[in-house]
Amino acid sequence: MSDTLLAEKPAEKTAKPITVLEALNQALADAMAEDDTILVLGEDVADPEEGGVTGVTRGLSTRFGDKRVRSTPISEQAIIGAAIGASLAGYKPVAEIMLMNFTTVAMDMIVNHAAKLRYMSGGQTNVPIVIRTMTGAGFSTGGQHADFLEAWFAHTAGIKVVIPSNSADAYGLMRSAIDDPDPVLFVENMPNYWTPYPRFDPGHRVPIGKARVAAEGSDITIVSYARMMNEAQGAAARLAESGISVELIDLRTIAPWDQETVLASVAKTGRCLVVHEAVVPFGVGAEIAAVVSEKLFGKLKAPVGRVGAPFNPVPFSKPLEDAHIPNAARIADAALALVKGHSN
Amino acid sequence: MLTNSHHPDAATQVEMFRRMALLKANDERSRKVVTAGRLAIPYYSYRGQEVIPAAMSVNLTDQDYLCTIYRGIHDVIAKGTPLKAVWAEIAGRVNGTCKGKGGPMHLTYPSKGVMVTTGIVGSSMPIANGLAWAAQLSGDGRVAVATFGDGASNIGAFHESLNLASVWKLPVIFLCSNNRWGEHTAYGKTTPVARISDRAAAYGMAGIHVDGNDPLAMYAAAREAVERARAGEGPTLIEAMTFRFHGHVFGDADRYMDKAEKAKWVAADPYPAFRARLIAEGLASEETLAGFEADAEAQLDEAVEYALGAEFPGLEELSTDVFGEAA
Ligand SMILES: Cc1ncc(C[n+]2csc(CCOP(=O)(O)OP(=O)(O)O)c2C)c(N)n1
Repeated sequence: MSDTLLAEKPAEKTAKPITVLEALNQALADAMAEDDTILVLGEDVADPEEGGVTGVTRGLSTRFGDKRVRSTPISEQAIIGAAIGASLAGYKPVAEIMLMNFTTVAMDMIVNHAAKLRYMSGGQTNVPIVIRTMTGAGFSTGGQHADFLEAWFAHTAGIKVVIPSNSADAYGLMRSAIDDPDPVLFVENMPNYWTPYPRFDPGHRVPIGKARVAAEGSDITIVSYARMMNEAQGAAARLAESGISVELIDLRTIAPWDQETVLASVAKTGRCLVVHEAVVPFGVGAEIAAVVSEKLFGKLKAPVGRVGAPFNPVPFSKPLEDAHIPNAARIADAALALVKGHSN
Repeated sequence: MLTNSHHPDAATQVEMFRRMALLKANDERSRKVVTAGRLAIPYYSYRGQEVIPAAMSVNLTDQDYLCTIYRGIHDVIAKGTPLKAVWAEIAGRVNGTCKGKGGPMHLTYPSKGVMVTTGIVGSSMPIANGLAWAAQLSGDGRVAVATFGDGASNIGAFHESLNLASVWKLPVIFLCSNNRWGEHTAYGKTTPVARISDRAAAYGMAGIHVDGNDPLAMYAAAREAVERARAGEGPTLIEAMTFRFHGHVFGDADRYMDKAEKAKWVAADPYPAFRARLIAEGLASEETLAGFEADAEAQLDEAVEYALGAEFPGLEELSTDVFGEAA
């Protein structure tokens, strides 16, 4: 039993690494302990239902009671609607939509209501909710369970979108998302859940809207997020063998994205490659490429490049699925082309 | 089943009429102002449906929550939102309820419990659930009311909301004004059950079918639902039968409406009927009721001129209120 009560373990700083999943559980537990207006709802989230399909919310209902942590019917519109309504009355709900593909069922509540009630009411009401959702290809789940749809939400004024790549950011961004006065879509990259990362200090926070320079370099800037950071890191290591120095930026927040950090880096390196797991057309990479091109037109040594999934649904068959997901080799090849293509 | 506590006393009946008088005058004035070209807005007339918000609102307090729809200005006004602020908002002026950024389909006025006005069919219900959930958690005795039309009972959000409200025993009232039309399409072409209230049974919820044009019956239905909610006994679906006297949106010539059916309902206009009964039963004098009507017109004179003479929001408002300040 005790090993399921992750929430009761103190977040002491030790050498022992912590997984993204544990960090999220810790963030929710710490926030709920500090503020009793924080509520958790979603399918299976309470302990009798095993604390969610992956266990992110495990231990919370045992610790904070079934009033504050509620398993819901399979009703995505009702889940987000209840979160919105409770937030209008002063609570801070964290609603789980089991998988990102299922946000489509609740799109009206998210896009027309959560994102817009502050604006349409002239600032009289606001919706301080967090929508947690999970996604990521790699589990052979086929076309309806692994999409990255962050661009859809980033395209809607009034909602913020964050996507952590490691445990410390998962914790720090979740705490900021809960404190944020507006709706935040919090995307969790499932294939990364069980990866151990270094621990963090108690009270750790990551501000929304701030990117992180994960590695400094001089030849090309690679901008990425979520699990693609691991692949980009792998690519940077390969490129280093060819004498190419990569500056690697973890975006962490998709909307609003940190233009300042990205532009400063690209102004220095002269080259930019955006890497994400979502399909390329109309994606986050397109927006970043457009802004970088507009702002740094004369300074670019190469056109801004993009690496993402090809424009097809996530396939089932393993070799196809593997080919769908961007990897270190593809990223390295794309970066190399940008560096070679315009420097010889 | 009408009990004594479900029968409005004389003062309450007169107050219901006073609200109806204001709602009717407001609707007539809205159409007049739009027809005269003084205001170009999408306007969804609720004329003919005034009994429902009047009877519901006298059973609510300012603390109770309301989530209403595009055809909901009568709900918003009945709940107590000041007329001047409503008019300034529908005219897009900076002194409107929402600084002119919501408009007639998105009125909000939290100090009277008006939390959401939505233009998306069926979407008032999931959010009202959340407000009711907050009331349940806080134990503050508030109830939440979601208003919507008959067409909305065919959208997924209706079914999800009733189900969740029932399993969580939320203090919420789903108040359906069945005016027989969903835009241009008649009820029978879209809805296979004779009564929407029968759908409550599918969710283990109390369902009330009521003549929404009968002030006493409508009062009793509202009262029963509010008492159930406040007692912690869970949600109620009320189907209030009514009719809209005009097209779906103002300017629509309502050619799709059955002429005979419309004539029948207009002949049975609940407003003059209620007025005549109050006088006949000695509950109010002609002078008192005429006074309400004159007062409504005077309030509207003032509100309309106030609104049309007011400033538009400055262009800096374009990009404010998108996000709040992070703590
Ligand atoms: C989700 C959605 N679909 C379609 C519309 C367009 N629409 C606006 S009002 C309406 C009819 C709704 O009828 P009903 O629910 O009976 O309410 P009433 O207008 O009669 O009060 C429709 C289809 C909409 N606003 N939202």
